[in-house]
This record gives sequence, C-alpha cells and structure tokens, in this order.
Amino acid sequence: MAKQAVSFTVNGQPRCVEAYPMRRLLDVLREDLTLTGTKEGCGEGECGACSVLFNGKLVNSCLVPFAQAAGATVCTIEGVGQHGLHPVQAAFITEGGAQCGICTPGMILATIDLLARHPAPTLEQIREGLAGNLCRCTGYMRIFAAVQKAAGIQAKHADPFS
Amino acid sequence: MRSFISEYEFVTARHLPGALQILSSGAGWRSIAGSTDLMVLFNAGKLPCRRFASISEIEELRRIEASDDWVTIGAAATYSEIRESATLQAEFPLLCQSASWTGGIANQNRGTLGGNIANASPAADSAPVLLVYDAELELQSTAGRRLVPYANFHLGYKQMQLQADELIVTVRLPRPSRDLRQYGRKVGTRKAQAISKVSMAATAAVENGTIVDLRIAFGSVAPVPLRCKETERVLRGERLTPSLRERAQQTLLLEIAPISDIRSTSEYRAMVAANLLGEYLEKLG
Amino acid sequence: MEYRLVGTAVPRKEAGRKVSGTAAYVDDVRLPEMLHGITVRSTIPRGYIRKITFGEGIPWHEFVIVDARDIPGKNIVSLISDDQPFLAADRVNHCEEPILLLAHGDKYMLERARQNIHIEYEPLPAVFNIDDALTGQTVVWGDNNVFKRFTIQKGDVDAAWSDAAFIIEGEYSTGAQEQLYIEPNGMIATAEAGSVTVRGSMQCPFYVQKALMALFNLPAEKVRIIQQETGGAFGGKEEYPSMLAGHAALLAWKSGKPVKMVYDREEDMAATTKRHPSKTRHRTAVSNEGRLLAMEVDFSIDGGAYATLSGVVLSRGTIHSCGPYRCDNIRVRSVAVATNAPPHGAFRGFGAPQSLFALERHMNKIARTIGLKPDEFRARNLLRPGDSTATGQVINEPIELVRLQSRALDLIDYHEKRRRFTLENARSSRKKGIGFATFFHGAGFTGSGERYLQSVVMLEARAQDHVRVLTSMTEMGQGTYTVLAQIAGETLGISYEQVEVTNPDTAEVPNSGPTVASRTAMVVGKLVENAAREMKAKLADHDFAALGPLRVTVQYKEPPGIFWDDERYRGEAYGAFSYATYAAEVTVDTLTGEMEMNDFVAVQEVGRVLHPVLATGQIEGGVAQGIGLALYEKVVWCEGVMVNNQMTNYVMPTSADIPNIRVYFEEIPYEHGAMGAKGIGELPMDGPVPAILNAIEDAIGIAFDHAPVLPEDVLAKLTARRVA
Repeated sequence: MAKQAVSFTVNGQPRCVEAYPMRRLLDVLREDLTLTGTKEGCGEGECGACSVLFNGKLVNSCLVPFAQAAGATVCTIEGVGQHGLHPVQAAFITEGGAQCGICTPGMILATIDLLARHPAPTLEQIREGLAGNLCRCTGYMRIFAAVQKAAGIQAKHADPFS
Repeated sequence: MRSFISEYEFVTARHLPGALQILSSGAGWRSIAGSTDLMVLFNAGKLPCRRFASISEIEELRRIEASDDWVTIGAAATYSEIRESATLQAEFPLLCQSASWTGGIANQNRGTLGGNIANASPAADSAPVLLVYDAELELQSTAGRRLVPYANFHLGYKQMQLQADELIVTVRLPRPSRDLRQYGRKVGTRKAQAISKVSMAATAAVENGTIVDLRIAFGSVAPVPLRCKETERVLRGERLTPSLRERAQQTLLLEIAPISDIRSTSEYRAMVAANLLGEYLEKLG
Repeated sequence: MEYRLVGTAVPRKEAGRKVSGTAAYVDDVRLPEMLHGITVRSTIPRGYIRKITFGEGIPWHEFVIVDARDIPGKNIVSLISDDQPFLAADRVNHCEEPILLLAHGDKYMLERARQNIHIEYEPLPAVFNIDDALTGQTVVWGDNNVFKRFTIQKGDVDAAWSDAAFIIEGEYSTGAQEQLYIEPNGMIATAEAGSVTVRGSMQCPFYVQKALMALFNLPAEKVRIIQQETGGAFGGKEEYPSMLAGHAALLAWKSGKPVKMVYDREEDMAATTKRHPSKTRHRTAVSNEGRLLAMEVDFSIDGGAYATLSGVVLSRGTIHSCGPYRCDNIRVRSVAVATNAPPHGAFRGFGAPQSLFALERHMNKIARTIGLKPDEFRARNLLRPGDSTATGQVINEPIELVRLQSRALDLIDYHEKRRRFTLENARSSRKKGIGFATFFHGAGFTGSGERYLQSVVMLEARAQDHVRVLTSMTEMGQGTYTVLAQIAGETLGISYEQVEVTNPDTAEVPNSGPTVASRTAMVVGKLVENAAREMKAKLADHDFAALGPLRVTVQYKEPPGIFWDDERYRGEAYGAFSYATYAAEVTVDTLTGEMEMNDFVAVQEVGRVLHPVLATGQIEGGVAQGIGLALYEKVVWCEGVMVNNQMTNYVMPTSADIPNIRVYFEEIPYEHGAMGAKGIGELPMDGPVPAILNAIEDAIGIAFDHAPVLPEDVLAKLTARRVA
C-alpha cells in the first residue's frame, strides 16, 4: 500500500504530510510534525491524553486514521497560548491543575472545548466535559478549580486551614 | 500500536454511489466512519480487514431530517450531532440520552449511529433504544435499496442482516402518535465512559392505570439486543399492580440469557434487568 | 510561624512546560539513528523454555536480537534479594517474564516480528494465591515459597484472652491494584566506548545505576542515568525501571545505536508491578469498658514470582497493622509469599493501605459487637502522648487524635446524617451511609533505613542570586522541584525564582536516596534546609570571580533518640507519623448494587504544610486512588496473567465518579522535618478504602471485607439476604 499525501491545517499553519493512510493522526503529529505535546496514554480512546481539536471539536487522535484528516483544521496544545498564556493554561498553573503533567495537554484542550460550549459551566457540566480525560494524580479537584477560574466563576472551596 | 500499518488500504468516498461501488467490488472493502470501534481494534493488532472506504465525507449520510411520519437520521451522524438535534430531543429523548452514554465527549464527536449498529455488539448503547422506537434501517448497495426493521437486523452474536456490499444509509424512526412514558437506563462499570453491563429502554402508553401499549428492550442480556416480547405480552392491556410487576419480572428472567464475562456476571445482569424493569413499572404506576 | 515562601502557593517550577506541552517525557525524545526495542515475553506462568523458533517472512538479519547469553555482567536485577533475572535463560516463573529483546528501526516491523516468534515450553505446576503458596505443596521459590517473615511482640498476648469480655475475630483481604500512571514505562539507552547512558521515566536514578553497573560489570562513572519528565509513578516506577533500562541498554550495547523502548498500555499493565494482594486475620481481646486488651494479627501478602521489594512492603504493612491505638499486648506475624504472578511491587502506601484497611474494618466490627459507636470505641483506644505503638515507639508530640477524629466527623456531619439516613433509608431503594477510618502513616525509611541510605544533597551557588539544588529526588507530579526550591529560597533569603532545581542526572547529583516512602520533603528537604543554612553563612562573603561557584554538601545524620531493633522489630520505626481521620458518605442503589460517593472529608495532621495547593492536591489525588481501590479497580486474573489489561476493562474513576473531596490540615511542626514538615504523599492512600467500606456497611448493613467491592458483590449479598 502506498503512502498518501494529506494536506491539513495544524495550529493555523498549512501542512502536508506523506504517510500511510491508516497511520494514526497522533503519530503524524508527534513524529512527522514533531509536535510532541499530544501524548499517548492508552491507544484505546479511553484516557484522552491524545485529545486534540479537530475541526473545532475535541477528538482522540489515537483513533483518527490520518487520511480522514484531509482538509481538517487541527489544534494541538502547541497551538494554545501562542501569543501569551491562554487563560486556561494560566488557571491550570495557579490552581494546581497539573501535577505530573502527562494528562495536561489533553485536559487543557478538553477544557477549551468545554468552555466554548458552556462558557459558565456548572460543576456537573465540567464533570461531564472532562470525563473522557483521565487524571491519575490530581483526583480532579484542582482541575475543576482551574476550569472554574478560567471561566471566571468564583469557586467556593474549603479553606484548608479553617 | 500493534498493527502493520503499511498493509492497510484506505480510500475516501465523497458520494454515496462511489462508496457503494467500492463495497460491491468484491475485493474485501469495508466502510469506516468515526473509527472509534475499528481504530481500537487496529491499535490492538486485532483488525483483520485490510481495506477501508471512509464515508465520513458523504454529507447526505449526516443529515437529520423530519417528515410528517418519520425522523430520518443519516448513518454517519455522530453522537454529538444526535444529542444536539432539537427534533430528536423533543421526540426521541432516549436516543439523545443513549448518545450521551457512549464514551466521553471526544468519542461522541466522532462515533456514529451507523457505526454503533454495524459493530453489532449486544452491549451497544443505541440498540435497545432503536428497538423500542421501532427503528427501520435503510440499506443500500449497487443492487438497490431495502428497508429492514431494526428488530430483524441482528441475527446472532455479531451477525447481522448486512451483506458485504451493503451500507447502512439511514436510520428512520416513526414519529410518535401519542404521549409515551419513556425510560432509559444504563448500568455500566462507572458513571461515565463505561461499557454497559445492562441497559434498558422502554416506552409505554398508559391510560387510567392500564398499559395500552409498550415496548421493552435490553442490551447485554442476550447475544443480540433484545426486544422482550414475552414480557410485553404479560403487560400489554393490564392494570399496573405489584403482582403484575412481579409476573413481568419473572417472565423477563426467562426471556433473557445473560452471560458472565470480563465485566460482570450472568446473575448480576439478570437481577439488574429485573430490577430496572421493576423500577420502570413502579414509575408508570 | 509566618514564612515568606514556605506555606505559600508559588507556581509549580515546571508548570509552564507542562501546560504548554513542552515538557519532555521519554517518548518525546528522539536521537539520531535511534532504533526501537521490544520485549518477547513468556506466555506461561512457570516452566522450562524448550525451543524458540523465528518465523517465516521476517527479515531477521535486520534485527538486533538479545538473549541472556548477551549479558556482559550478571543476569540479575540488583535490588535486595538478587533473584530476578533481566532475561529468562532456560526457565520462566511468571507470565510476561522477559525472554528476548528485539530492536529495529521500524516499530511496526518490530511488533510484527514479535508476533512471529514461537516459543515452546514444558510447563510446570504453578501457584496463584497466598493460601496455596503457604501449603508448600508446590514450591516455586526458595525452600518454601516464603520471601520474608516478621514477628512483632509486645506484652503478653496469650495471657490476655482469659480476661477478655469479648474476643472478636475477622478476616480481610485486598486484591492487586495497578498504578495506572498515564505515561507508560519507557527508556532510551545509548552505549558507546564502554559506557552506558539511559534516560527515562523513573523514580530512582541511583537504583537504575546500581542495577546497570552489575548488568554490564561497569563502574559508576561509566553508567549515567538521567530522569526525564515522568508522567506519574506512584511507586510503579520505583524498581521496574531498572529492568526496562537494562533491556534498552543491552540492545544499545549490542547494536551500537541508541534504542528507545516504550511500553504500550496493554504490556505495561500485564507485565509490570502492581500493589501486593493481601490477607489479614485479626483476633482481638476487648474489655467490658471497650479497651483493647490484646491484638493478634496475621498479615500476608502475595509477592509474585520474585522477591523485589516484598520484604520491605511486608515490613511497612506489619508495622502499621495495629494502627494508632494503644494496646499493651500485641502479636503480629506476617509473611510475604511467592506465587507465579508477575512480581508485585511498590504502590503508594506500600503495605500500609492493606493492613490499615483490615484494622479499620475490624475496629468497626468490634464496635458493633460490643455495642459501642465506632467513634466512641476508637476514642477509648486512640494513642495519646506518652503512649507507645505496636513496636514500642513512644508518641512524643502533642497530638490529640480524639479531637482530630471528632473534627472530621463534625465536618461531615456524621452523627446527624446517620440519624437522618436511618429514617430515610427505610423509605428508599437508594440507601445512604457514612463511614470513617482513623489512621497514621510513618514517613521516611523504616528504622535505621535513612541512616543506611546516607543521603547527600548539594547546593551550588553560581552567583549571590542564583543557587542550584542538586539532589537525586525526582519530580513525578508531587512537587519535588517546587518544595525544595521553597525551602532553599526561604532559608537563603533569596527569591523562589532564583533557586534552580532540575531533573537528576547521576553524573551531576549526589545520591540523596530514592524518591519513595514520603521522604522527599521531610527528610531530603531537611538536608536542603541544613545545606542552605550553611551556605547562607558563607554566601555574602564568597568571591565568585576568584573562587568560582560556592558548593555546600550535607549528609544525613540520624536525629538523636532513634533506636530501632531490626531483629526484634522494636523501637522507633519512623521519625514521624502523620495522623488522619477520613470520612466518606456513600449511596448504595439496591436495585443495581452501584455505589456512589457523595462526600469525602480528609482531616490530617502533617507537621507543616509547605505548599497549600500542592499538599491539597496530594491528598485529593491519593483519595481518588483509594476510591479506585475501594470500588472500581479489580485486576482480573486467569492462570497467572491479568486479562483486563486495557483501560476499557480496568476501571479507574473519571471526573464524574469522584465526589467533592474536602481537605483540612493541622500542624504540629516536626523538628527534624524540613521547616517542620512530615511526609504526606502516601498517607491519603490508607484511609479511603476502610472509610468507604464502613460507609457501605452503614448504608445496607452488609459487611464487605474484601476490596474492591463491586456492584456484583453488593447485589449478590442483598439478594441472599432477601432470600434468607
């Protein structure tokens, strides 16, 4: 089987990559385009570490055959905060949303996707919006706080010293 | 990533006739859309088919349209598109609900109704819902077009009435003619992004405490998604009483044949199925 | 005491890299001419390797192939017992045991090759659980399948039974648990001119160095280990990285090219270490006044096929098995056994979650049997200053465990909710319950362990306002760089930004010991604090132009008053304990057996909170893992191999499954911990499982004594009770 030349837009830049059509979009991003910010955690579409925005929607790039990216607009973590920290990135820093950081790129993209659909999300909506992004370090609490901060909502949280 | 990627062939069909041509070539081509089932197998090195024709670009396969009698859903409509459809929310809420159960947001943005059907898993989230909504599938090939009631579609475990050269083109649902009391519940391994252990869908028309008509279907309790006609027979036309509930549950336990597998046990599935039915009947009464 | 940096929420040192996707994990690194490596593994749990056939249709000449005969030094992963080979030579002792290594430039071809190697075995009988291992009918390790035994004795247990108003027995068990770090294990190795360099995902660079020195018969200067950004570890990357680093290095050694080996999720779950399954039996004598008269405990853990860290896991589990309670007569007998599972290893808590689970379930059983409320019974027996633990360690700090416990119960509204739930439950198929656990966790290595480690840290000032902290402590999400920078900056009187902490490279940093046992902040942080104090005295006057950088090196010295008898297992087991009460509210749906967490309160005394956001994050993350072990994370075994080794089928909690976790800290500064801090990384793992199972029993009146509890278990017991 021959490789195919596929043209698409990545982080605002037009790119063309020649690759086997069933090569995973994840591998094209990480290896052909050396955009290693998108991570592989499971290869099953369960953990969300490979999440990117694909035509404006959150998808798991480990489950996208590269040929289906023809003409698509893809945004990876490298495309976030190109002109200074994105509010979601800033919130993840101040609220402790990142511990080991491996889930963080996918989590940030999932948050951006969530806030685009629900600019002032309830906790219920945040839980649902992030349910496809697994985090083993944080227990999610600091991530919820980061999402709420980014959304400009004042979160009520217990003062650990009261 | 355990597959040998250079062995896989992939073409993109832009129009339905072109897709059907490829499928009828006899060279072992399969359709692929959202890829959320097939790519999991691919990643695991468990995808024997080597030739895929993508149908995601075929616009007519993604429409959701309403006519007087039917709502027609393109087979390549994604779960997200189903959830966002105002028509489906209003008239077929169980379908929107089941679409919210499948994977997380990322998988809902890609996975399709046709893919869920063609994967032919008895655990498919949409299956019991399509059964109680009396769904019809429109299948097309170069030889023509046929309509298959979804209730007849699954023939056995992972076997379906879909020829190698056929494509599921649309799923159509007859628009309800009266008010229905609807129920859908999935019991999975966790609250989100979970494979189903048992799922139930039901609709009923109730007048003055009597069940005028109803539909009951379960997933993950048989080799195929199961429309529970025996149980419906026990209930149809009857007044809702606790003893009727018990009779229905007993009948259901004889009608289903759940198995034990890596996720759950047959005893659990049986008990939960009976309890979900009981929960629904109690709500109706 | 108000600090300038310590106790404030400074931004995590490497947060910028992590939120921008520029943090370099091992799989992000590529080297010129790099090959990929893969492992060919045993498919049987025990037996002889009889024949290896390389299949048709693969260009084998393109591959680098390594087996046990290629090993230059010793084919042993050097750790404690030295029983585990890097590569099986003629026999295997567990499924997934490594036999061959392959390298090739094309990773797809590599997988194809792996699928085309056929190995024939002559199987031997295998053992798969603790009971079978202990019968000795089939011996799979040593003389009798026993890796290690401990006995702790205090007072006279046998004499106490006759005085007892009550004797209560119970048996409790836990299954294996997968660490499930989102970044799988990975290493990149290069070998040239008789030296080896490996970079990768790991907790303990010097453990890896030690193992590779023996593997290659090389001195330390020829083995360089560099930790890459590590995407979660939780103990799962404490010892296993030595195995993987050795494999990658062997392929690099043989090929002369850099080799990258990164596991996929399926392989990582099936082949690498998990939490030790456990079985605990309690027999307890209690007086009429509800006082513990005697505690007899039998604690056993399944170590899998090789000893690895089982002896140390057993040690910690044993020492924690009688919890923070005063009892004059104690006997604990513990054993770690060999089975033919892939070796089990370190996972946050390291034996204590297992034994404390048993204890805190048993305490509830006792309370119910003798007719006292669970909190009242505990209150009569919790340690007070001046009391001693099971090993005879006297509690010196002014800790008030009864008050701590009460505070947690007030915060979750325990008594009022129990009253209310009892009424509401009668009218609903969804039953609510509340449970709690009171516990402690010792930080740092046990007994003389820290003295044995002889940890060293170095500070290097490049200028008055630029200081580097050089330790072997790794950042894996818990905040190592941040906390050490806070401590150094605070003590030196410079800003947080002026302190640099980087990923450890054995060529550059001294050996400060492994990043385990909740010791980084407390023990190594204290060394950093001491070094900073020493540097501060010299810094102002140091002539950088003439003398170059100013370096200060400090080595660990044991605090006075720590006596530990390794033979009799008595004395000061740990420099300090952190204490906690955790409480959980749960709803059980009796139609489906599903359990939903509604609320969780975690109150702990931790010495000093060095960073409020990081510390809170540690507790929340540990609680989430505990919820996983309580309700979701079941390893399904079939003939010695994990069959649910996919994230679809091994279930960890999502954001939709975790309740609001409310975290509260108290501080009694520990003088030998950095700025008063005690270790907290593992503490949160000990409380959730018993608290949740206590809550479930409160909700539906059924005692579950095995974790995890699944809806299938609940529904089966509810049905049996209805029928009966």
